[in-house]
Amino acid sequence: MSPAYEAVIGIECHVELKTATKMFCGCPNAFGGEPNTKICPVCLGMPGALPVPNAYAIELIVTTGLALGASIPDFSKFDRKNYFYPDMPKDYQISQYDMPLTVGGAVKYWLEDGTTKECRLTRIHLEEDTGKSTHAGSGDGRIAGSEYSLLDFNRAGVPLMECVSEPELRSPQEAIAYLESLRRTLLALGVSDVKMEEGSLRCDANVSVRLAGSTELGTKTEIKNMNSFRSVERAIASEIERQIEVLTSGGRVVQETRGWDEVNGVTHSMRSKEEAHDYRYFPDPDLVPLEISRIDVDRLRTTLPALPWQRFERYTAAYGLGAKQATQLIDNRSLGTYFDRVVECSGNPQQSSNFVLGDLARLANESGVAVGDSQVLPEHLAELIGLVEGKRINSTTAKALVERMWNGAGSPAAIVEREGLAQTSDPATIEPLVDEVLAAHAAVVADYRAGKTNVMGFLVGQVMKASRGKANPALVNDLVREKLSR
Amino acid sequence: MSVPMDARIEKTASEIAADVRARRLSAVEVTEATLAHVEAVDGLIGSYLTVLSDAAREHAARVDERIRNGESLSLAGVPLAVKDNMCLESTRTTCGSKILEHWIAPYTATAVARLLDAGAVPIGKANCDEFAMGSSCENSALEVTRNPYDTSRVPGGSSGGSAAAVAAYEAAIGLGSDTGGSIREPGAFCNLVGFKPTYGRVSRYGLIAFASSLDQIGPLARTVEDAALVYDAMAGYDPMDATSIERAVEPAAGALLDDLKGVRIGIVRDFDTGALGADLDALYRQAYRDLEQLGAELVEVTLPTADYGVPTYYLIAPAECSSNLARFDGVRYGLRVDGEDVRAMYDNTRAAGFGPEVKRRILIGTYALSSGYYDAYYVRAQKARTLIARDFERAFARCDLIACPAASCTAFEFAAKSDPYSMYLMDYYTIPMSLAGLPALSVPCGWSRPEGGAVPMPVGLQLCTPLFGERLLLGAAHAYERATRHASARKPLAQEARA
Repeated sequence: MSPAYEAVIGIECHVELKTATKMFCGCPNAFGGEPNTKICPVCLGMPGALPVPNAYAIELIVTTGLALGASIPDFSKFDRKNYFYPDMPKDYQISQYDMPLTVGGAVKYWLEDGTTKECRLTRIHLEEDTGKSTHAGSGDGRIAGSEYSLLDFNRAGVPLMECVSEPELRSPQEAIAYLESLRRTLLALGVSDVKMEEGSLRCDANVSVRLAGSTELGTKTEIKNMNSFRSVERAIASEIERQIEVLTSGGRVVQETRGWDEVNGVTHSMRSKEEAHDYRYFPDPDLVPLEISRIDVDRLRTTLPALPWQRFERYTAAYGLGAKQATQLIDNRSLGTYFDRVVECSGNPQQSSNFVLGDLARLANESGVAVGDSQVLPEHLAELIGLVEGKRINSTTAKALVERMWNGAGSPAAIVEREGLAQTSDPATIEPLVDEVLAAHAAVVADYRAGKTNVMGFLVGQVMKASRGKANPALVNDLVREKLSR
Repeated sequence: MSVPMDARIEKTASEIAADVRARRLSAVEVTEATLAHVEAVDGLIGSYLTVLSDAAREHAARVDERIRNGESLSLAGVPLAVKDNMCLESTRTTCGSKILEHWIAPYTATAVARLLDAGAVPIGKANCDEFAMGSSCENSALEVTRNPYDTSRVPGGSSGGSAAAVAAYEAAIGLGSDTGGSIREPGAFCNLVGFKPTYGRVSRYGLIAFASSLDQIGPLARTVEDAALVYDAMAGYDPMDATSIERAVEPAAGALLDDLKGVRIGIVRDFDTGALGADLDALYRQAYRDLEQLGAELVEVTLPTADYGVPTYYLIAPAECSSNLARFDGVRYGLRVDGEDVRAMYDNTRAAGFGPEVKRRILIGTYALSSGYYDAYYVRAQKARTLIARDFERAFARCDLIACPAASCTAFEFAAKSDPYSMYLMDYYTIPMSLAGLPALSVPCGWSRPEGGAVPMPVGLQLCTPLFGERLLLGAAHAYERATRHASARKPLAQEARA
C-alpha cells in the first residue's frame, strides 16, 4: 500500500445463533441434513402462518451486547425488510431496522505482536436467515447461465445475529484480528459455533481509502463472498490496492457491491448503488414490540464468563506471558481452563504456562488425550511447580515426573518423598562428585583450560549423572567452574 | 324455483347443538340435510367455493361418536361455513384468488380447529372478496355470491360467502374475518349478527393475512346467542400467534342480558344518520329509542377524528398487504406462470394471479412504504390511528357502549359501486373500530326498501364497547335482539319461492 493512503474498513458479520430451534418456529436449528426436512408452515412462509419469536435467541443477542459493552435499550422491535428472492419464503425478511437489540459497544482485539486495540460497534440486531439456493446447469454453480435452481429451506428462519462495526479498522491484519476476537468472544459466550466453513459466520467488508491524515471518508465498496478469514484478509488487501490504483490513476471509486473471486484473487463488481433496493422497512405487525426487562438484563450480566480480551490482558499484563502463549491458552479452551486452575493453585503463571504449553501440550498431542481429561490434576502440577520453585527438585527431575504423572503416578511430592528424588543443594555432598568427574576426565579439563570453555556443559552433565539427577544444577555449575578456574 | 325447507336446518346453532347433545338429532342427520339444501340452493346463491361433502360427513360421524362417548360439545353437529381465507388441512383454500385457486392447505387454522373440536361440522369453504379486499364479494375471482334476500343484490363483503351461507341456511354459523368491516357489513346486508371481537382475542394463525394489525376472525350467525357460542369456543390465547392476547376469556353465552338497565349507550354526534336517507334515519332513531326502552341511558358522544378512518385505513391496510402478499410469487405454492427468468416468472405469476383490487392495494401500499413517502403516509396514518383510538377512549369515559349504523346503505345491486372509492366508503362506520382494535358487532335493526329495489332489505345496527368488552357487547345485543326480533320479519329465498 502506498504510504500516502490509508484504508478505512468496517466489518458486517452475520452469525447463526446456537439455539435448539429456529427464530420464529419450532423447527430444529441444525446444520445440514436432507434438504427440506427441517421445515414447517411457518418457516416456509405458508399462507396464514405466523412467526412467534424465540426468547432464547433474544437473550443470546443481549448477552453478546453486554459482553461487548453495548447498551441495551428498553424497547426494541422487529421490522420487515421487503425484497423478492426465491430462497426467502415470505419475500420479506424479519429483521430489525431502527430499534436494534443492542447499540454501541466495542470489540477489543490484539495483533500478533501483542498490541491491543478496539473497534467500536454500531449495533447488533437479530433477524432470520434465508434458505439456500443451488443453481444447476451452469457448470460453475453460479446463477448466470443456470437452467434451474434447487431450494433448501432447512436454514430458512435460523436466528441470525448481525453485528456491524464502525469503520475503525485500518488494515487487513486489523480486520482479521477484529474478526478473531469477535469469534473468540462468541465462542466463549456459547452464542454460536462461528464456523465460516458451515456458514454460521459470514462477513462482508466495507472498504474505502483516503489520503493518510485526512478525516473525511472516501467512497466505499462492500465486499462479499469471502468464505474464510484468509480470504477476508486477501480480499480486503486486494480491494485496498485496487482503490489506490483507481485513485492514483486519476479515477473515482464507485460505490458498489463487489464479489471476491477466490481463484483469481480479485474483487469484481456485482451491483452498483443505483440498483440498490428500497427495502420498505416497516414494523412487523405480526410481532409485538419487545420490552427488555432490566431484571433479565441484570440476570444475563451475571452469567457472563471471562472474556477472551480480558484473559489476554490478564495473561500478558498480569502474568507476563507472551502474546503467542496467551493466544494459545485463549484459543484452546480446555488448555486455558486447566492453565487457570494451575495458576490458581501454584501462584506461578510463568512456570504454569511452561508446563501446560510445553510438556503437557506435547503429551496431549502424542496421546490424543486432552490435558483437561488427563490424569495430571491441576493441583498436582501446581505441587510440582512448588517443588521446582522451592528448589526441592531440579528441572530434569521435574520433566521426568510430569511424564510419570501423565501415566497416573499421582502426587509428585509423594513420589519425591518416596523415591528420595529431592534435589541436593549441599556442597558437602556434591563436591566429592565434582572432584571424581574432573579426575576421570583429565583430558577434557585440559581442553577447557586451553580455552575450549564449551566443554563445561559436558562436565556438568557428568556430575548430574553421578548424582542420579538430584544435584542442584546451579550449584553443580558453580562448583565445576570454580574448580576448573583454579 | 321453490326451496323446500327442512326444519332441522332452520334451527339455530344453539338448538342444533342441544338436540345433538341430547341425541334427539344426530350430527350426521343435520349434515346430510344441510348438504342436500346446499345442493338445492347453492347454484343460485353461490356461497361456497368448495363444498366439503366427504369431510363434513366424516366430521359429523366423529361428532356423533364423541357424543356417544359422553363428551359434551358446545357446537355438537352445528353446520359451519368457513371463509375461504382460513386454512383447513387437506382442503382447497383459495382466498377467492386465482393465485391460490388450486392450493391445498397443509394445516388447519387455530380458530377453525377450535370450532371443529367443539363439534362444529365444516360444510364448505365460503366465497369472499379476493384476499378479503372488498365490501361486496364482487372482487372474488372465482365465483359470484348473491344476497339470499334479493339475488340481484350483493351479500356484502368481504365475508359475503359465509354471510350468504348462514342467511340461506347453508350453514348455521359462519366464520368470517373483519379487517375494516368485513364481518359486520355482510352481517348487516344478510340479516345476521356479524361480530368482530377485540383484536388479539381470536388467533389469526391460519388466517391468510390481508392486513395483520387489523385482521380479526369472528362469527356470522342468525342469533346473538349463536355468535356468543362460536366466540366462546374459539377465543383465547394461542401460542402460535404472537399477537393473540394472554388474558382469560369470560364466556359470553352464559351472560346474555334481557334488558339494558344501568347501561350508558353513546350515540355518536358525528355520525349523522340524516345523511343516510329518511328511511335509514328513521330506523336508526327507532333503534336508539328501543335501546332506551330497554333501560339504557343514552348519552351523546363525539368521535371527531372518525372522519379520518377511511383514508387512514387505506394507507395502513394496503401497506401491510403489499408485504403480506409478496409471498405469492410462484416459487413454492399456488399459481406459477413461467417466464424467461425468475424475475419474469414473478411478474407473470402475479400479473395473472391477482385481480385489479388486490393489485391496486399492493401498489398503494408499496408506495406508502417507499423511501421518501414512508413518513408522509405510513407514519402519519399510524399517528391518525392513535388519535382515533384516543377518541374512543374519551367517548368510553362517558358511556359503556356505542351504538351507530353498521353500513351506510343496504345491500346494493351488482356493479353499483364500480368506483373503488365509493366502495371504500361502505366501511365508513366500521373502520374506526377496526383501527382502534375494538370489539363491535352488527345486529339486525329493521328493513328498508332500497331505491328501485323489489323487496325490503335488512339493516344493521352496530354496537361497540371498549377493548375486551365482548361480554357486555353480546349481552346488550341479545337484549336488543330479544326485544325487537327484526330478523324474523322476512325469510330468505322468498323471492324465488314466490316466483
